[in-house]
Amino acid sequence: MKTARVAYQGNIHEATEWDGKLQLDTGATVSEDDVVWLPPIVPQTIFALGLNYADHAAELAFNAPKEPLVFLKGPNTLIGHNGETFRPADVTYMHYECELAVVIGRSGKNIQEKDAYDYIAGYTVANDYAIRDYLENYYRPNLRVKNRDTLTPLGPWFVSADEIKDPMNLALRTYVNDKIVQEGTTKDMIFSIPKLIAYLSSFMTLNKNDIILTGTPKGSVDTKVGDTVITEIEGIGRLKNTIVSEPVYQ
Amino acid sequence: MIKAMMRYNGQLILQEVLVEPTKQLITIGEETTPMDQLDVLPPVSGTIYGTLLNYKGELEALGSAIYESPYQQPPKAPILYIKPVNTINNHQATIPLPQEEDSLQIGAALAVVIGKKASKVSKKEVRDYILGYTVANDVSIPHSSVYRPAIKEKARDGFCPIGPWIVENEEIPNPDDLDITVHINGELKQQQTTRNLIRSVDELIAEVTSFMTLYEGDTLLIGVPENPPLARNGDVVKITIAGIGSLENQVVVTKQAVKENTI
Repeated sequence: MKTARVAYQGNIHEATEWDGKLQLDTGATVSEDDVVWLPPIVPQTIFALGLNYADHAAELAFNAPKEPLVFLKGPNTLIGHNGETFRPADVTYMHYECELAVVIGRSGKNIQEKDAYDYIAGYTVANDYAIRDYLENYYRPNLRVKNRDTLTPLGPWFVSADEIKDPMNLALRTYVNDKIVQEGTTKDMIFSIPKLIAYLSSFMTLNKNDIILTGTPKGSVDTKVGDTVITEIEGIGRLKNTIVSEPVYQ
Repeated sequence: MIKAMMRYNGQLILQEVLVEPTKQLITIGEETTPMDQLDVLPPVSGTIYGTLLNYKGELEALGSAIYESPYQQPPKAPILYIKPVNTINNHQATIPLPQEEDSLQIGAALAVVIGKKASKVSKKEVRDYILGYTVANDVSIPHSSVYRPAIKEKARDGFCPIGPWIVENEEIPNPDDLDITVHINGELKQQQTTRNLIRSVDELIAEVTSFMTLYEGDTLLIGVPENPPLARNGDVVKITIAGIGSLENQVVVTKQAVKENTI
């Protein structure tokens, strides 16, 4: 099942894909362009992984971590499909990160790797933008780099776990202005999804609607105001975002 | 009597109350009740953000290390972290001490609760965005490096007791001049004051909201002082912030759930 959360005529609806259009939970059918796409999940805790692909770690001149490098994000940073992300006027390097987002379906603690998939409700696509100018070596990557408003597009679809046979074998691609700039596969994660769930739940309770952004492969380039960035994951979705400048955003 | 807001006895919504901190009396409407007869719940529900290195002594304690690898230079902008929802804990509830740990760091923090959506707020307008103040215990497993986010050390279940109430904004004319004490089993272990902050409450919130929005109900912990006291299994920890109140919790060792494959 693929579902979206959309705003339409002053209300928030769950929607499904129907013949190239959207069918709302009211039964009405509307065009995809007539709705505002919201993040498909209202998140509880948002986890993100740094350096979880060996090629990306090497690209950033880091060794692959021995333990997952986890950071957290606030709800302020999420926006939906077709949204606009703001690039501060004074920065020199803002890059996208195409990431498989895992949505937890029920709470659990000390979950074992072999049981981890039982705790997954489904998946969506995240673009975990970073503004590298603001990196500091304290709790790196610090929130000023990663937790700015609009910096984490999520969606368009929540895809239930039963639709994805092997989430550890999905192609990821990013396009900037229709040109492919990042290509990888979830096969190359250093810490697999079951390992991440086992790791996190070994010291804290995971809850329903917690989201784990599982990291990004190699291929980061600077993106500019006006760029259209599409992050795509095989079988899950194609998430579109446009970068705008501060005056337009305000 | 102090004007405050709290949740108790299963209430979902914050209730306006008058508190008498020294006598531990709560007046709700016409009725006055001893504090210990109420089942006190955490007074906050939004995202809890913490601030690293906001006490002068805390930065000084790092010494010249801030110029060396991996830090390379002193922090420029506020360094924040998140205490996720699983960490939120009640006044009087137990703080779980993981079985493999000997002690926990007690982080005595003034907690500022946001009253309305705050984005790009100027320093002089910050107070208009504050609902009030409460006490938080930003518990950590002791760790010395602050290079990578300390999720495993700071985001464990029950690691953020907060409360018992929110004292209304107008009751605290100067949040940058509040005395903080930590008692463990009745013995004074730490004495500090928010006069020693690097960024004042107004400065901190202005700088934070310059890069991210704080929503109504979000909470910002303004920092943890240097040399946090350690608490062991069985210790009763009481954090008091003058004019706000006392937050009390006991540290109790947790048994790890038995893993299926060991059976």
